[in-house]
Amino acid sequence: MKRLTGLLVAALTLAASVWADNDLLINGAGATFPYPIYSKWFDEYHKKDAKIQFNYQSVGSGAGIKQVTDGTVDFGATDGPMNDDQLKAYQDKHGFPILHFPTVLGAVVPTYNVPSVSSALNFTPEALAGIYLGKITKWNDPAIAAANKGVNLPATDIIVVHRSDGSGTTYCWTDYLSKISEEWNGKVKKGTSVNWPVGLGGKGNEGVTGLVKQTPNSIGYVELIYAAQNNIPYGAVKNAAGTFVKADLKSVSEAAAGAAKSMPDDFRVSITNAPGKGAYPISTFTWLLIPEKISDAGKRDSIKGFLKWMLADGQSYTEQLSYAKLPKEVVEKEKKAISGVQ
Amino acid sequence: MVTTSTTYGSTGPAARSRSFLSKLRDGDEIARLVTFLFAMSVVLITVLLVYQLWVNSALPRHKFGLHFFATEVWDPIADEYGALPFIYGTLVTSAVALLLAVPLGIGAAIFLAELAPPRISDALQFFIDLLAAVPSVIYGLLGAFIVVPLMRTVIYPALNKPLGFMPIFKGPSYGVGFFTAGIVLAIMVIPYIISVSREVLLSVPRDQREAALALGATRWESTWKVVVPFAKTGIMGSIFLALARALGETMAVTMVIGNTPKIAASLFAPGYSIAAVIANEFTEATGDLYLQSLIALGLVLFILTFVINGLARLLIVVTTQKGSGVTR
Repeated sequence: MKRLTGLLVAALTLAASVWADNDLLINGAGATFPYPIYSKWFDEYHKKDAKIQFNYQSVGSGAGIKQVTDGTVDFGATDGPMNDDQLKAYQDKHGFPILHFPTVLGAVVPTYNVPSVSSALNFTPEALAGIYLGKITKWNDPAIAAANKGVNLPATDIIVVHRSDGSGTTYCWTDYLSKISEEWNGKVKKGTSVNWPVGLGGKGNEGVTGLVKQTPNSIGYVELIYAAQNNIPYGAVKNAAGTFVKADLKSVSEAAAGAAKSMPDDFRVSITNAPGKGAYPISTFTWLLIPEKISDAGKRDSIKGFLKWMLADGQSYTEQLSYAKLPKEVVEKEKKAISGVQ
Repeated sequence: MVTTSTTYGSTGPAARSRSFLSKLRDGDEIARLVTFLFAMSVVLITVLLVYQLWVNSALPRHKFGLHFFATEVWDPIADEYGALPFIYGTLVTSAVALLLAVPLGIGAAIFLAELAPPRISDALQFFIDLLAAVPSVIYGLLGAFIVVPLMRTVIYPALNKPLGFMPIFKGPSYGVGFFTAGIVLAIMVIPYIISVSREVLLSVPRDQREAALALGATRWESTWKVVVPFAKTGIMGSIFLALARALGETMAVTMVIGNTPKIAASLFAPGYSIAAVIANEFTEATGDLYLQSLIALGLVLFILTFVINGLARLLIVVTTQKGSGVTR
């Protein structure tokens, strides 16, 4: 009996040590928006290098920032860049900064349900801001009608729908609205949750879509990927160059290309209302948050290896999942930045 | 002298420990101790819960004070938080739910316990138990896909046309709102009311019924005037169990209430509840004050439940004292 127990203990220790030797578990947490592509990437990378196992919890950007700051995960992920206070809080706690690495691009699109309208609607920035501020209340308001000549818009009340849960989608949407509307920037500002002047809240993309589908004469906003995968009709938005652009992989990439030239060294850049004739104005990067110093050499090499792979081979997986690729300039800049992780 | 004292001193504890041991062998002491610890764990959990909520909501408590309960603003960007719209929404939806569920639930329980043949009663009880076990997100889905459109196209016109002059039935309907949330909550809590009330009614002694019938009462008179008053305390208990569930319900409510932190007199207006806002915003609450305000809302919900339960106990005490002569 005693010998058996001893044997068992020995076997267990052996198994544990083998497991520990072979499997390096790297924990991350954060944004939900890039979760489909991240889980694909981590899966593919694990196939390539079976020793490395990434574990990513899509708990939301805010929670991702909090957890990486607390040091409970190895890396974070966010849809909106960390603000200066958050960066300072990280620096104060750890003694070294945290770095942003853009991974893919996404976009937010206006979706609507006007039973008497069958063609795709055009939205000017003024119309979107007016509707979400509660200033434009009827579908046949001149601000909407002027951009949709020939469309028979009804004189019904507009029912505004927004996200009720905090989300990167809301961050991108409100970031755009605060850039194009003085009043929005003064009254509401941007954030993952804001104090909405009007409207109903739906939980998640599916909640917003459900409300819009069920409520005649409503308007809402969802992620491009969600709209594309569920065949939800959405409108075009007038960009900074004055053209009406419908969101797709090309127009989103073009928004990023416009911003790539002026990309700051810390990659914290907003690409809403980007210049460029074909640029879709409500686009955004999404970022991985990597600590500048990683003391565990194995983890450091794995994370750096993954980042390099993500920028090269990894980008080829993006389009099948409806994410837009990073522009070349950004990829080159990031490759250089990876060496900054020590 | 010395010897006596030593013998005395040594036999005393030995005798006591022997009796303790024999008790142990009987299992009495162990059972007592173990069950006592289990019972105390309830107190411990409650105390720890309140302590954690209290400690982690220090920031808003110091910054807003009692003002927290009186402001209608919920602005994560400006870092200003007030609990009032959420408290209002929680109370209103729960009140609507009880108004709808209590008559229905108790009526059904009376039928099942007093009037229905036992076989039908047992069969229906099976369905009720099934309903009570359905996860709340399923009720939320049904609410969002069935009650919400029904609200907009059928219930709202039916109530708004004849009763629209009253503030609570005024204004437009989006389908989602206080009333819709109340209906979904009512559907969710009815099984609890029926199930517990039925058990309570069934446990009323046979003598009570027979005595009433012997005095010449009809079946309904004996049920309504004797059996129901006898079971009043238990029925109250079932209502408060239902209320507790309605106050804390999260998923189903957030799917149908509209998630708008505003106070409106109309039941058709969209609103928000405490549990719903916590579930919606907790993951993305980045600032300390923001996060702690949400935890403070949790504390408010706890206090609300505590106060309502306290009032419920009081109500039971008062009504049983001057009530139907039933003593406990």
